[in-house]
Amino acid sequence: MKKPAEARETMADTAHLSEEDDRKFTLNFGPQHPAAHGVLRMIMDLDGEVVTRIDSHIGLLHRGTEKLLEYKTYLQGLPYFDRLDYCSPMNQEHAWCLAIEKMLGVEVPRRASLIRVMFSEIGRIMSHILNVTTQAMDCGALTPITWGFEEREKLCVFYERASGSRMHAAYFRPGGVHQDLPQRLIDDIAAWCEQFPAKMDRIEDLITENRIFKQRNVDIGVVDQRTIMDWGFSGVMVRGTGLAWDLRRSQPYECYSELDFKVPVGVHGDNYDRYVCRMEEMKESTKIIQQCIALMVKEGPGPVLLAGSKLSPPRRAEMKNSMEALIHHFKLYTEGFHVPAGECYAAIEAPKGEFGVYLVADGTNRPYRAKIRAPGYPHLQAMDHLSKGHMLADVSAILGSLDIVFGEVDR
Amino acid sequence: MANMNTENLIDLAAHIEARMPDAVRSTQIVVGELTVLAERDHILPLLRFLRDDQQCNFETLIDICGVDYPERNERFEVVYHLLSMRMNHRVRVRIRADEETAVASCVAIWPAANWFEREAFDMYGIQFADHPDLRRILTDYGFEGFPLRKDFPLTGHYEVRYDDLEKRVIYEPVKLVQEYRNFDFLSPWEGMTSEIPGDEKAGGGA
Repeated sequence: MKKPAEARETMADTAHLSEEDDRKFTLNFGPQHPAAHGVLRMIMDLDGEVVTRIDSHIGLLHRGTEKLLEYKTYLQGLPYFDRLDYCSPMNQEHAWCLAIEKMLGVEVPRRASLIRVMFSEIGRIMSHILNVTTQAMDCGALTPITWGFEEREKLCVFYERASGSRMHAAYFRPGGVHQDLPQRLIDDIAAWCEQFPAKMDRIEDLITENRIFKQRNVDIGVVDQRTIMDWGFSGVMVRGTGLAWDLRRSQPYECYSELDFKVPVGVHGDNYDRYVCRMEEMKESTKIIQQCIALMVKEGPGPVLLAGSKLSPPRRAEMKNSMEALIHHFKLYTEGFHVPAGECYAAIEAPKGEFGVYLVADGTNRPYRAKIRAPGYPHLQAMDHLSKGHMLADVSAILGSLDIVFGEVDR
Repeated sequence: MANMNTENLIDLAAHIEARMPDAVRSTQIVVGELTVLAERDHILPLLRFLRDDQQCNFETLIDICGVDYPERNERFEVVYHLLSMRMNHRVRVRIRADEETAVASCVAIWPAANWFEREAFDMYGIQFADHPDLRRILTDYGFEGFPLRKDFPLTGHYEVRYDDLEKRVIYEPVKLVQEYRNFDFLSPWEGMTSEIPGDEKAGGGA
């Protein structure tokens, strides 16, 4: 194809100049693109339809969370964590609470621990439903997302009934959880667990053996063990390859060590294996929720926040009579509690991988430095490595399979 | 973390210290986490040793981040978090850095370091030598300053808005309708410690 010289001049950004380079061009993907799962801009160098290089531009959703955390008390900082990976808000809160608790050296009450684990698993299912079904949508399947989101919405309602908000819960607190759950909510969650596997089967019927879905995902975005180590992968990205690495199992926190669950692993490390892993993980999460409920019923009611500690507010009734309780309440919500000087790193197995908080405290009521280690960050970084040599259409399938959320990548 | 018991970490710390005496300034184990305070000039050999040594085997780079201590001579710290999935243990390596001297980039050891180092550069202005592509990453195109430094104001210097007359997004110096209220709630006499005087009489406690 011959183009007039002038036209070439104006198209300098998108077309290379020499004749033999006619096949090579640069494509701008996003930042407003449905398959980008948020605000991702990628500059893709293509050779025909084959991707030769991807330069990801991130930070379009950068809100300075880490800077803000340095200016807030530990308690005020907590809601920012809901806004990181907003597909599973409570899981991120969990990491923040664990970091603070590690520094303070406190143990959360038993019932709080069970509630936390239960909602962490609800968060995992919420995140996986979103990921699996949107990935199917990226590959052209429109129905799974409507079926999946019906279930997801029910989980959002559980969030709302526990915390008052269906998304940005701010429910986990250093020292426990904000409020106890009403028994009816626990019963409803148990009832939900009963019917969920059947709904999963319906979605699986649609996509697991679907020819188009397989064509788009099998042997696409293959991750081997070397890639995992080099690129700092975690979570499903690791398990899809066959390494049974799960922080809930290998470095157990909360009460995961006494719960019975399997760690599903893949074989090939491609998009499809990761999809299967996520589906299986949702089933395991349902079992964990059921176990938590059984334990809660068995062990009966109990405190959900460290009673009588400086971390938890006094009860309203107590404040009517006790001056000390009133002062404590005031000081807790203005000054906040102090965390002894030092540093720690607390990590959880978030739905997307290892979500960690590196906390540097200087002994005051605010963190000196809080670094958020988001699993999506190194995963997205490997986009160039994973997509090289793939076709243009595979890029969105790989991106969907990485399970990227820009809330946590850009922070 | 349950299975990373302190004894193993003490052994590991001794092993690292014995094998890399030049690079390690000291080691410490606090809240069950091993921290290696290292020399900046020896960071690359140390990291490579930590990855390749059979006893360490820290194959996964979890995180690199900066921390700012403006009152110090060398104001920055660069903190590396490493994980060994095989041995199931973690280590943290801390080095000092300043605005001028560059820290050796470890992209050659872990490609994953690329974005983490870019972020540390973006947020603190820490220079990394031999980094293949040391651009800003999280901040806006054309951003100036290093936002996570302690002397950078929380509000920043510029705000953006869409201007209807000019039909484009414009940058203006930050105008606050109300002064940013950075309350200092710290009690001048004593902070709220985890234990208040008199609590010990109650017995048991938290």
